[in-house]
Amino acid sequence: MKLNLIIGLLLVILLGGAAAIGAAWTPYNPMQLDMLNRLSPPSPAHWLGTDEFGRDVLSRLMTGATTSIGIAVTTVLLAVSVGMIVGLVSGSLRGWTDRGLMAVTDALLAFPGILLALALIVILGAGSTGIILALALAYLPAVIRIVRSAVLSIREKEYVEASKVIGNSQAYTMFVHILPNCLAPISVVATSMFGWVILAESALSFLGLGVAPPAPTWGNMLSASQPYFERALWLSLAPGACIALALLATNLIGDALRDRFDPRRLQA
Amino acid sequence: MTLQMPLLEVRNLEIRAAKGMPIVEGINLSLARGTMGALVGESGSGKTMASRSMLRLLPPGLSVTKGEILLDGEDLSKASEKRMRQLRGQSLGMIFQEPMVSLNPAMSVGAQMAEALRLHTSLSRQEIRQLCVEMLERVRISNAAASLSAFPHEFSGGMRQRIMIASVMLLRPKLLVADEPTTALDTLAQREVLDLLTELARDFNTAVLLITHNLGLVARYAETVTVLRKGRVVEAGKTASVIAHPYQTYTQNLIAAAQVGEGKADIVPPDTPAVLRAVDVSVTYGERTHGRGAGVAAVSGVSLDIRKGETVAVVGGSGSGKTTLGRALLGLVPLSSGQVAFKGMDIAASNGTIRREARLGCQMVFQDPYSSLDPRQRIGSIVHEPLRHVPDMAPADKERRVREILAEVGLSGLDQRLPHELSGGQRQRVAIARALARRPPFVVADEPVSALDMTIQAQVLELFRELQESYGFACLFISHDLAAVRRVAQRVIVMKAGRIVEQGATEDILGAPQHPYTARLIEAAPTIGGTDGFPLVEVRAKASS
Repeated sequence: MKLNLIIGLLLVILLGGAAAIGAAWTPYNPMQLDMLNRLSPPSPAHWLGTDEFGRDVLSRLMTGATTSIGIAVTTVLLAVSVGMIVGLVSGSLRGWTDRGLMAVTDALLAFPGILLALALIVILGAGSTGIILALALAYLPAVIRIVRSAVLSIREKEYVEASKVIGNSQAYTMFVHILPNCLAPISVVATSMFGWVILAESALSFLGLGVAPPAPTWGNMLSASQPYFERALWLSLAPGACIALALLATNLIGDALRDRFDPRRLQA
Repeated sequence: MTLQMPLLEVRNLEIRAAKGMPIVEGINLSLARGTMGALVGESGSGKTMASRSMLRLLPPGLSVTKGEILLDGEDLSKASEKRMRQLRGQSLGMIFQEPMVSLNPAMSVGAQMAEALRLHTSLSRQEIRQLCVEMLERVRISNAAASLSAFPHEFSGGMRQRIMIASVMLLRPKLLVADEPTTALDTLAQREVLDLLTELARDFNTAVLLITHNLGLVARYAETVTVLRKGRVVEAGKTASVIAHPYQTYTQNLIAAAQVGEGKADIVPPDTPAVLRAVDVSVTYGERTHGRGAGVAAVSGVSLDIRKGETVAVVGGSGSGKTTLGRALLGLVPLSSGQVAFKGMDIAASNGTIRREARLGCQMVFQDPYSSLDPRQRIGSIVHEPLRHVPDMAPADKERRVREILAEVGLSGLDQRLPHELSGGQRQRVAIARALARRPPFVVADEPVSALDMTIQAQVLELFRELQESYGFACLFISHDLAAVRRVAQRVIVMKAGRIVEQGATEDILGAPQHPYTARLIEAAPTIGGTDGFPLVEVRAKASS
């Protein structure tokens, strides 16, 4: 196994583990105010210190991880599964279906993703469902484009034509011969998208359009730490580092996956 | 033998991978000034690496670990990188296999040709331009001055390879390494390119090392030949004597593969019913997309019958429409006029059941075994797939059929492998097994062996012939390789620019062609003629034009 995959997996285990534990148990109640212990630096009692209301940063980070990672996973799954089907259909069928779908995709692509998400959240209302739908739609066109371009190159391969000659239906050819050979780019997109969704969710929460406080997410923790940047650096560093590490982990794993999915490297 | 020192002398050359695997070992080779020598071997024999080492163009991880490469007495294996840069282009030239990718598509032809001259000489722009135009005229590029500002995609494969030769020969190198320069070209273009190369090399006193797997070409062009196998020299000497008296079985096989094959005797009785009948078939590309303008006619007015157990070959150069015809017969491209009937059923019938039955009865073996197999599918499953569409066949019977057909193509026990774990020849056997799994009455084979090594070609063709005898399918065999056609086909159809120019029994057409185009095709085919072993190309007919 390559070093980058090992590091990526370790990070995923660390962050995913924090999220999983955070769903069931945290050292302190993440909502519990403790006005006597405001902005206390990291100590044996509070490993990552406390925030401006005396809440335990580590506990909030763990609960935030549950929310942030949960949102990111759902968003990615939604965007990839819809994008995969649309891209596959569009690239395989061509013709008017393709033109129609691509016109919509291009119109969506023309908006900056975060702007589109902002507009949608205004319509859908803030909260995790709103964020998931908005971000999934914002990232959908990119997935469609990538899947479609992979499909376009694979449908020209002779084995696709061979499948037709054998007598296989178009749907069978699409799902059995074309789709599996597109998995490499899809897996790379999905993993790195995961990182970007975490970042986007943080940005939205930072702007106050995400999950509303006091419920913690990495993004709104970062946002809330802003006024105390000089006095309590740990408040910004902890969620910031989590976001950065999540991004790093997904990119490393994305690379490793791409290598893995290359059938020429599959072992017998 | 000669008193004069040879231009190139390779002594005991050894190339190893970083992990210690020898790629080539103990290679000795010498080439006199202004002569053409050939380095022959199949894929993986190390011929490309041996030739690349002379320009020090080995891929990372490989290096010359032993021996000397003497050019005019100077040991290239020990020369500095700076010295190598001086020599490359100036004294050492190289022509690559794939003309479609060896020219930079974003640079005009003139700019690419001028590059080396700017680097190695102090000529003015005007003089460089003049030299380039002259050189393009020498390689018979029409309208040479205008071609300088054209881009590579505006030329055909053969023309690109001629441009490549022109730009390499501009500096009059002492040694030119040509690595399979014509493998990607059709027979006619191959002939043109190699004739030109020979002519220029003679005029400029350039020695040429021709890397090839085709002994037919060696017999025609090279004075000396070195045969490589698994990184070692198995035979070397003057071409004429090696071909007349090969010592090694391997060389004998190579020679046999390049020899004019025996014709296939049994002509199918004329009263056998036709399996496939095409009447006045035309295919026109680009009709709809270009709107008003007339499309390009790829196939026009072709009629043919193929009977049970018969192989009909379609021959012609690139762009003659032979591949399009094959696809049209399978219903893979729409006909713009005419009709194709499989056992009396119109393949374009409006009735879906009839159309489907025709589709299932016609199969195809594709040209490139590297792209015709799904890289994620195991061999057993690839061969099993056509059986999905056989109604009323028990799963156990299907399994048995897969094992049976795999045994018939000589791949027993490989059903759990992935395509990339097989050699090119083995993959093509898989493709054949897939096409025949359902015992189809009609098979189109589109250049089924042109991507394979010569010796493998012979084996695959032999297999194909045997299978046809036992299965009795009718076959349309598309090829530009007349030696292959002679081996498998009873009848030949010669196509040029989408039309049939000549057709008849294989022996008649190849023995006494009536049309000048056919005569040119036959004349260009690189074969070793006759049984006397004399390395002359057998030309049975002169072009009548």
